Amino acid sequence: MERLEELAEYARKARPHLRHKHDAHPEEHLPPVEQSAETQEVWAKVQLARHPQRPHALDYIKRLSPDFVELHGDRRFADDGAMIGGIGNFEGRSVVMLGQQKGRDTKENIARNFGMPSPEGYRKALRLMEQADKFRLPVLTFIDTPGAYPGLESEERSVANAIAENLMALAQLKAPVIAVVIGEGGSGGALAIGLADRMLMLENSIYSVASPEASASILWHDAAKAPDAAASMRITAQDLHGFGIIDEVIPEPEGGAHTDMLATIDAVKAVILRHLEEIEAQIGDGSEDALEMLLASRYEKYRKIGQWVE
Amino acid sequence: MKHKAEAVAAATHDHHHFFHRKSLKATTPVRAESEDKTLNLWFKCPKCHELTYVKEHLDNFKVCQKCRHHQRLSARERLAFMLDENTFVEINPGMAASDPLQFANEGEIYPDKIKQSQRKTGNQEALVTGYGTIEGQPIAIAVADFGFLGASMGSVFGEKLVRLIDLCLERRLPLVTISCSGGARMHEGLFSLMQMAKTTTALARLGKARIPHLSILTDPCYGGVTASYAVVADVILAEPGAMIGFAGPRVIEQTTRQKLPTGFQTAEFLMEHGMVDRVTPRRELRHEVATLARLLGRAAAPVTKDNRPVFTMTLPTKIAS
Repeated sequence: MERLEELAEYARKARPHLRHKHDAHPEEHLPPVEQSAETQEVWAKVQLARHPQRPHALDYIKRLSPDFVELHGDRRFADDGAMIGGIGNFEGRSVVMLGQQKGRDTKENIARNFGMPSPEGYRKALRLMEQADKFRLPVLTFIDTPGAYPGLESEERSVANAIAENLMALAQLKAPVIAVVIGEGGSGGALAIGLADRMLMLENSIYSVASPEASASILWHDAAKAPDAAASMRITAQDLHGFGIIDEVIPEPEGGAHTDMLATIDAVKAVILRHLEEIEAQIGDGSEDALEMLLASRYEKYRKIGQWVE
Repeated sequence: MKHKAEAVAAATHDHHHFFHRKSLKATTPVRAESEDKTLNLWFKCPKCHELTYVKEHLDNFKVCQKCRHHQRLSARERLAFMLDENTFVEINPGMAASDPLQFANEGEIYPDKIKQSQRKTGNQEALVTGYGTIEGQPIAIAVADFGFLGASMGSVFGEKLVRLIDLCLERRLPLVTISCSGGARMHEGLFSLMQMAKTTTALARLGKARIPHLSILTDPCYGGVTASYAVVADVILAEPGAMIGFAGPRVIEQTTRQKLPTGFQTAEFLMEHGMVDRVTPRRELRHEVATLARLLGRAAAPVTKDNRPVFTMTLPTKIAS
């Protein structure tokens, strides 16, 4: 019970976008007024990316694959509600699907730990990645997390190690991997299911090296400057596509994904399918040589990311 | 070779403490110092406040003789301590950060911060890479410098590490990484995050070629580095007392209100929880790394089909100056 209150308190303080409508003091986390138009625009996107009525991972998964079978647990320690995964049929082929799952209200969010996976969540994802590798099943991932859960237990069971192991598994997974940022792509906790052959983002999603709040805290020791950090760090889908990091930006309905959930999901579905078919054409007969080529192009994709002078 | 001369000169300074280093047991040539001699005589341990004669402190690899506190080392000091004398050859020393995000906020400009760190450390970036020998065993080595923007991982860090891995693959050299880091380089945004993916995919190739990666975690080691290349290693060693984790203690306390136990996130805590192979005192690191590289490196040893060595590493007789 104490933990429940603790988390509800956390929901109020640290995640203002999740605030219940009759909570007190709604203005305390609003961005200061004297912001540039650009900062306001970016911050509006951040709010949309975090909108509680936005389609979440399970909404996508269930529509993409009506016969989806959710598989629970990491076979090591626990089942993490913040990370979901399983197998299903997607347009005539079996696929493994993974995603961070957020809730729509405080109660749901507590069950989902606000979409912040613990080590066992990542290890659940890992064993499903291994299953995908074994059966040569494509992996579709739906990224929506503020980041990995920053708690004592997470560190005791080494969330860092869990994330790194997932990156290593994805780097070697012999099947197509497609990642879509559907809301919030926060830090290593997002990337742990995001190392992929195609990185896609929804129009109003964000992807950042640390959450805007954490970035502001790291850069200026002031989490209230989150909107400035969001603007400075170029976290929008459009910016990241411009940098060549993101392969494609998927348009959302006017007003944001939450205004027409089904239209959004179907748009995502069509884009995923197109990319998946492209990769499948590249793999052809699925011979070992072709799969090695797939891994080589995945390596090259990341090898190219970065800018420097010499 | 101007950069190298500067780098060597910089290695003779320790900017974190009140004294300037007078000599170093291992390799690096040392410039004569003209500063106040009395300041150079004693080292005061930041942890137990014990005074040690500087020369003794250096002979003890900058480990406090009373409380065993392992003082942080710059990348150059670390290389000097780790490698056989005059065997280090640096690669890609001139690679430097660009400013892909045009990062600016409240008058703070990223290129200015880079320049400051370059002046302070004598290095162009937070990671120094190259090759050399440890107890005669050839290895490729990457060392992070906490003095350079908290050894944060950005594009250059990632690219230099990947090029070093290329060298390992080409010459079948075991890879030794010595990490410390505050996390990802905020100023390069998602480019920084992607270095986790980039370095790990490169390590996957190294693993496939059966070339060992030995990772040494030093104080402090956090964020993206701890969640990528530094922990996907064949052996993970940590220095005693080093703070190692994903999220920092302040973040954990603030977000969860949890009371953190004494010794939380120390190297010893990690070993207790099964996350590192060994906690190795600094003075034993050289021997342990050399031994492990030899034991694991047999598979990597560069030989032709008729069992002849593929290449002999060329080593300079002296660090270029």
